[in-house]
Amino acid sequence: MEKNLAEKTRIAPSPAMQRWKPPQELNILLVLVGIALIYEAMGWIFIGQSFLANTQRLTITILQVSVVGIIAVGVTQVIITSGIDLSAGSVVAMTAMIAASVAQSSEWTRALYPGFTDMPAIVPISVGIILGAIAGLINGALVAYARIPPFIATLGMMVAARGISKWYTKGQPISGLTDQFTFIGSGAWPVVVFIVVAIIFHVALKYTRYGKFTYAIGSNMQAARVSGINVEAHLVKVYAIAGMLAGLAGIVTAARAQTAQSGMGVNYELDAIAAAVIGGTSLAGGIGRITGTVIGVIILGVMSSGFTFLRVDAYYQEIVKGVIIVAAVTVDVYRNRRGRG
Amino acid sequence: MSDVTLADPTAEQALLLSAQGIRKEFPGVVALDGAQFNLRSGSVHAVMGENGAGKSTLMKILAGIYQPDAGSLHLKGKEVMLSTPLDALEKGVAMIHQELNLMASMTVAENIWIRREPRNAFGFIDHKKMNRITNDLLQRLRINVRADGEVRTLSVASRQMVEIAKAVSYDSEVLIMDEPTSALTDREVSHLFEIIRELRTEGKGVVYISHKMNEILEISDEISIFRDGKYISTHSASTISRDEIIRRMVGREVLQMFPKEDVELGDVLLSVKNLDLEGVFSNVSFDLRAGEILGMAGLIGSGRSNVAEALFGVTPPTSGEIRIAGQSVQIRKPSDAIAHGMAFLTEDRKETGCLLALDILENMQIAALQTRYTRSGFVQGGSVAVDCAEMARRLRIKMTGLNVSIQNLSGGNQQKVLIGRWLLTAPRILILDEPTKGIDVGAKAEIHGLVSSLAKSGAAVILISSELPEVLGMSDRVLVMHEGKVTGILPRSDATQVAVMELASR
Repeated sequence: MEKNLAEKTRIAPSPAMQRWKPPQELNILLVLVGIALIYEAMGWIFIGQSFLANTQRLTITILQVSVVGIIAVGVTQVIITSGIDLSAGSVVAMTAMIAASVAQSSEWTRALYPGFTDMPAIVPISVGIILGAIAGLINGALVAYARIPPFIATLGMMVAARGISKWYTKGQPISGLTDQFTFIGSGAWPVVVFIVVAIIFHVALKYTRYGKFTYAIGSNMQAARVSGINVEAHLVKVYAIAGMLAGLAGIVTAARAQTAQSGMGVNYELDAIAAAVIGGTSLAGGIGRITGTVIGVIILGVMSSGFTFLRVDAYYQEIVKGVIIVAAVTVDVYRNRRGRG
Repeated sequence: MSDVTLADPTAEQALLLSAQGIRKEFPGVVALDGAQFNLRSGSVHAVMGENGAGKSTLMKILAGIYQPDAGSLHLKGKEVMLSTPLDALEKGVAMIHQELNLMASMTVAENIWIRREPRNAFGFIDHKKMNRITNDLLQRLRINVRADGEVRTLSVASRQMVEIAKAVSYDSEVLIMDEPTSALTDREVSHLFEIIRELRTEGKGVVYISHKMNEILEISDEISIFRDGKYISTHSASTISRDEIIRRMVGREVLQMFPKEDVELGDVLLSVKNLDLEGVFSNVSFDLRAGEILGMAGLIGSGRSNVAEALFGVTPPTSGEIRIAGQSVQIRKPSDAIAHGMAFLTEDRKETGCLLALDILENMQIAALQTRYTRSGFVQGGSVAVDCAEMARRLRIKMTGLNVSIQNLSGGNQQKVLIGRWLLTAPRILILDEPTKGIDVGAKAEIHGLVSSLAKSGAAVILISSELPEVLGMSDRVLVMHEGKVTGILPRSDATQVAVMELASR
């Protein structure tokens, strides 16, 4: 049969074989531009300032959502497999606490482990990432092998990880972190981490076997299994990666705040899910791209930054945020419905 | 080629449903153009055409699921708009879908009377009355299920009957049946036909879609033929020949059906000994040689598909031995089977075949990525796209590009994509479970030709099919199963319909 194939002259796919379609992210990008322009106009009208022509504000805008962005890259992958990860925010707190406890400086007199102070930054970073990966592995094993619905498995992890982060110091914050460690959170470094993570997983989803299998599992788990994909092992991998990224987000959070608290990362998982869904990821699985999620994250950032800029009360912010999330997804649902036969 | 029929002016009186000049476009495809369809009361009207001819689209327009872009619909002479399926149902058009649409965890009665449940004096649902009228209805149609039984406990055939009862309960004038017999046994089919004839004498119009020529010729009064989204002609079923129907559907001379080629058989590639799956099948043994096509026949539930799933590691066997090219192998999961050069086209395209959210390329490449087209984890997008395009051309998949979602393809083209998926793995042993189920004549002949040429090139093929002529026409030997046991393996010369049915039903 291979011979038959080879015998026929090979033709390259003609242009007709790959009909051009506008990128799925186009709509959502337009939403982002629209929101930014609305703020710009309102800025000039109400307070006589430009929203966009302010580099510092734009940097802070992205900086504020970088941590959610790092999580969202992992959560997007989980959602593509038709799963969900509710534990990300709590895992941020847990890894922030435990990583910070081995990142304390000897100058700090109340170090948690006086014997483990002044460690090179690689130690707390490794601890955080490994811890996140373990949380993710547990999520993945519960989902793939114990067949517990992802919502429940990760809900359990969400509650448990939050509990661990409180129990770890009996609610006390951890401070006095080494300069080497806090450097990761300084300046625009969190943004750099976010961008690097986004690029790595954009490439992984689009160009590697890992990515193809992820989409296949989310689209039809049975068909993926029959096609020879080891569905269980792959799911564990995806959840572990999501956990690892939550761990990384925990490290960045602690480094940026120069302290770790058990209350960190609350609701981050919801923001991450919102960003993914705004960016076009389907909760039904099989559909979603990192580029969309990145735009979704930026939309969340621009929204809250714009409210602060316009000095809108924080209470209104959440109301409007809720409306915008649903509106963005509604637009997407209708667009998809029209696109199909 | 378009014949003028319904010339008789008196026939106009009895016109129940009429569609004229129907056009429907989907992004990138014109599904129907200038289609017409006339259904008379008290008749069964078959709609025929290859996959992609526009039959399903037309039926969905008649049932209010799609709105036509142009054209008009008349019900009993009055122009109507059918804006939703519910609207159509209320105006007297009911559709019985190919994919059943019953709520599995509700009872038969609840399913039939949903939204119209009889109420008692307090406005609550009167379950007693509902079950009584359901039993009356089921009895009238001689359907043997309990009104208060949950639908999920019913067989596929019984569910089909419940769907029909539901349509009848609406007093629909027009019943559209899309492939109603695809999951039915012969006895159930004749029961269905009794019901259809009953409906006909009551003056209802039945639109009947099927790929099974025998059924069409047996049950229908008129036949309308469509091709490539266009109406071709309408005929009286008693005057048109089978060959003529096929010729008009395909628009070209059809390749020979079952083009079995004589192939020199090679060594034993697959040897199965005493394969058991507890409670499902037992003691299955057979040999399969290179170049051989082994047919597997048996009634639904005889265990044919289960043997295939066990061989491929979908549900690993509890005991027994599998040898491939003389080597004893352990197949615990599908990837093991693929690593040994096996391929498995499953019976259910939708459930275990298509990745519906993804495009043609992604659907086709997924199995081959296990063993080929990757370098250190990265997919070699260029070479896999070239091979998929070549495969699509070779299988004559009708599409505008590899990046078209597989959802937008007809059933036959989806099946070809899935066949392409397995051919890209360059398999030595192919297991094909109902490869031509729900597929039109032209594509069927193409798939048969392909299977023969694969065997000729040295592959070993297991062909499972409910269509006996297909099994008999294509196979070197026919293995017959009955209730989880192999009741016989017949060489081609002894494999007659009678011999196989005897082994399958004893």
